[in-house]
Amino acid sequence: MELDALMLSRLQFAFTVAFHIIFPSFTIGLASFLAVLEGLWLWTKNEAFKTLYLFWVKIFAISFGMGVVSGVVMSYQLGTNWSVFSTVASPVIGPLLAFEVLTAFFLEASFLGVMLFGWRKVGPGLHFTATAMVAFGTLLSAFWIISANSWMQHPTGFETLADGSLRAADWWQVIFSPTFPERLAHMVLAAYLTTSLVVGAASAWRLLKRPDEPESRIALRMAIGMFAIVAPLQLVVGDLSGKEVLRVQPAKLAAIESFWETRAEQPFHIAAWPDREAERNRWEISIPKIGSWITAGDSAAEVQGLKAFAPEDRPPVAVVFWAFRVMVGLGLLMIALGLWGVWLIWRKRGPENVRPFLWSCVAMGPAGFVAVVAGWIVAEVGRQPYVVYGVLRTADAVSPVSAGPVSASLLAFMVIYAIVFSVGALYILRLVAEGPRPPEPEDTAPPLKPRPPGYALGAAPDEPRGEPEEGRP
Amino acid sequence: MNLDLPLIWAGVIAVGVLMYVLLDGFDLGVGILFPFAATPQERDTMMDTVAPVWDGNETWLVLGGGGLFAAFPAAYGALMPALYIPILLMLLALILRGVAFEFRLRGRRRGKRFWTAAFAGGSITATIAQGFVLGGFIQGVRLEEGQFAGGPFDWLTPYTVLVALGLLAGYALLGATWLIWKTEDELHGRARRWAWISMALTAGLLFAVSAATLTVHPRIAARWGFEGGAVELSALLPLLPIPAVGLAGLAAIVAGLRRKSHGFPFLGAFAVFLSGYLGLAVGFFPNIVPYDMTFRDAASADNALGLMLVGVAILLPFILGYTAWVYWLFRGKVSADAGYH
Repeated sequence: MELDALMLSRLQFAFTVAFHIIFPSFTIGLASFLAVLEGLWLWTKNEAFKTLYLFWVKIFAISFGMGVVSGVVMSYQLGTNWSVFSTVASPVIGPLLAFEVLTAFFLEASFLGVMLFGWRKVGPGLHFTATAMVAFGTLLSAFWIISANSWMQHPTGFETLADGSLRAADWWQVIFSPTFPERLAHMVLAAYLTTSLVVGAASAWRLLKRPDEPESRIALRMAIGMFAIVAPLQLVVGDLSGKEVLRVQPAKLAAIESFWETRAEQPFHIAAWPDREAERNRWEISIPKIGSWITAGDSAAEVQGLKAFAPEDRPPVAVVFWAFRVMVGLGLLMIALGLWGVWLIWRKRGPENVRPFLWSCVAMGPAGFVAVVAGWIVAEVGRQPYVVYGVLRTADAVSPVSAGPVSASLLAFMVIYAIVFSVGALYILRLVAEGPRPPEPEDTAPPLKPRPPGYALGAAPDEPRGEPEEGRP
Repeated sequence: MNLDLPLIWAGVIAVGVLMYVLLDGFDLGVGILFPFAATPQERDTMMDTVAPVWDGNETWLVLGGGGLFAAFPAAYGALMPALYIPILLMLLALILRGVAFEFRLRGRRRGKRFWTAAFAGGSITATIAQGFVLGGFIQGVRLEEGQFAGGPFDWLTPYTVLVALGLLAGYALLGATWLIWKTEDELHGRARRWAWISMALTAGLLFAVSAATLTVHPRIAARWGFEGGAVELSALLPLLPIPAVGLAGLAAIVAGLRRKSHGFPFLGAFAVFLSGYLGLAVGFFPNIVPYDMTFRDAASADNALGLMLVGVAILLPFILGYTAWVYWLFRGKVSADAGYH
């Protein structure tokens, strides 16, 4: 592997986008969760929902901030490192990204201010509207970015001009390219699942210490409901998405399953060590015929192997193969966790009192993030060597920059993201350890001065202001 | 109806960048002034004045980058590699200062100190990096067949250092006048002093940048009517309103500060920035990558510009509407006890 500007730019993009996706996949779900909590509070007047809202909104604020700043990077990196891609493909996907800014980013950013700081400035109805707007904005953002990505994975509705640049021929086909619906559903469900796993883990952690905490009991049961419904649904949607891959990106599918030969009755490899040089798996643990059945829905079906494609058109195999297995394996564990939780609720003993279940929830807390990143590795590494599938190769898309500046910026990203990520995670874990607390009595009283934009979440008596902070409990 | 789509889009991007400079300018300015606050409590208050709006302000930067990508891809593809180092430096600095808003509230003793420094350092670094981007843009980018063909440090010259210092003073002025408007008591008094100092620095550096631009770049000088030692009045006179707006802005700041006005200095600072912005724009228009690529050369396909214009026409009024509503909601003074209760 030669560390030229191309390879460094690829590493930098992979690192920054993988870091970035962690936050949207959490905040898309969390924004919807907060909207549901606030809606339930307004509807039922049960204060536990408000306590949960005030607890999770603090975690939301930290994660959203990290998502915003790591997202700004993406909107410039397309030009700094992938200027040829930008020049060639922008006339088609440029409007999609522009619409993301116009419909989603401003909406999220503006109403986030009201959501975090406007608790005493607006009435509960309007505050709920602000929360709902933020949640809606996160979904709009997912819509446009997945639309752009789906088009890059399977471009339709465009024409190539004489100078090599692209031009949209049919906007409908660009925005709603054939694989878009499955991809969008897959990503949104992944975000909801990721969030419910975190909510489940945080609640379970509290319940291990205080099994009677009412807020955590509610939140745990909400999370179990999400596992039980969303995780199996995700399996179905993921399978639909996989069928689309077989149809439009057969080389990616062959890498996912590590198929080398084109044949009927492909075996399913549970594990394998693919070798690109030798064009075979050095070893494999397989089940006969099931490979064709899983990928094509018919165990007799003929499925293409990697040798059907010229060596320079094949994606890396081992990374894609293993990332896919990590994603699916975690997905199956999520389904199992959901079934176990529902069974415990049905058995009346209650999941709150079953410590092995609570520990399992804690252990599965980060599983959503790992599965999301693994899934994106499958999608993005699997479509190599192309950046716009079949149209523009990644190697031809890079900027005329030299390796020196790119290695410096990559190193700087690694250092700064390491700091930001570990500190952010520390602060979130500290909040989780403190757990949801009902607002202090004085907090519900009308404020003395109505003017200041109080950090409305109020419920943080443990945060004395002022720099030198003395002893915390 | 035949719309001149590239021209309209050049206008949209220009307005977007101006919005960014004015809005994120004042919250970056608050960060630049952070080290000069007397107490941690003052810093808390300073941060509270911008906390509800900074995220929306920074979205204009995404609109600038995303808009350039979408509307003028050739310019985006030429400029970003040319300004690789300052752009990346700006992004990294914005990350540190952006997360500092929440992290500073969560940090304990050492953590809080670190994020206080990160907010100030990030704001200062981001501003200087933006100054290098601006200066590197004005002094021109070397292109071959529409692609950047210069070296990685082309943007670093004495001229761009001067521009970066000017922007630092200018953002500090925006921040100081914002704080005059939004705070009271001692901090308000301190902000007045910051405003006096940063205004003097801004005025001096703006003058120096203008003089340097005219001497270093003959074609900009020619545009203003200064050619070969002679002055072409027919070129200069129509442009004189631009410096006049700047002088009026400075006068408004001085008068506002003298009469203890709370709002006028901020508006004056806006006028100074508007004048500087237009003054520079006159120099390079219609180039979008000075001085080899015009906005027409760089424009995206007409059907892309048309589709996006429909989006802008429908959505921008809403965006401006709810942005204004958020500012109105958080109007008034922010006092020291405004934070967590």
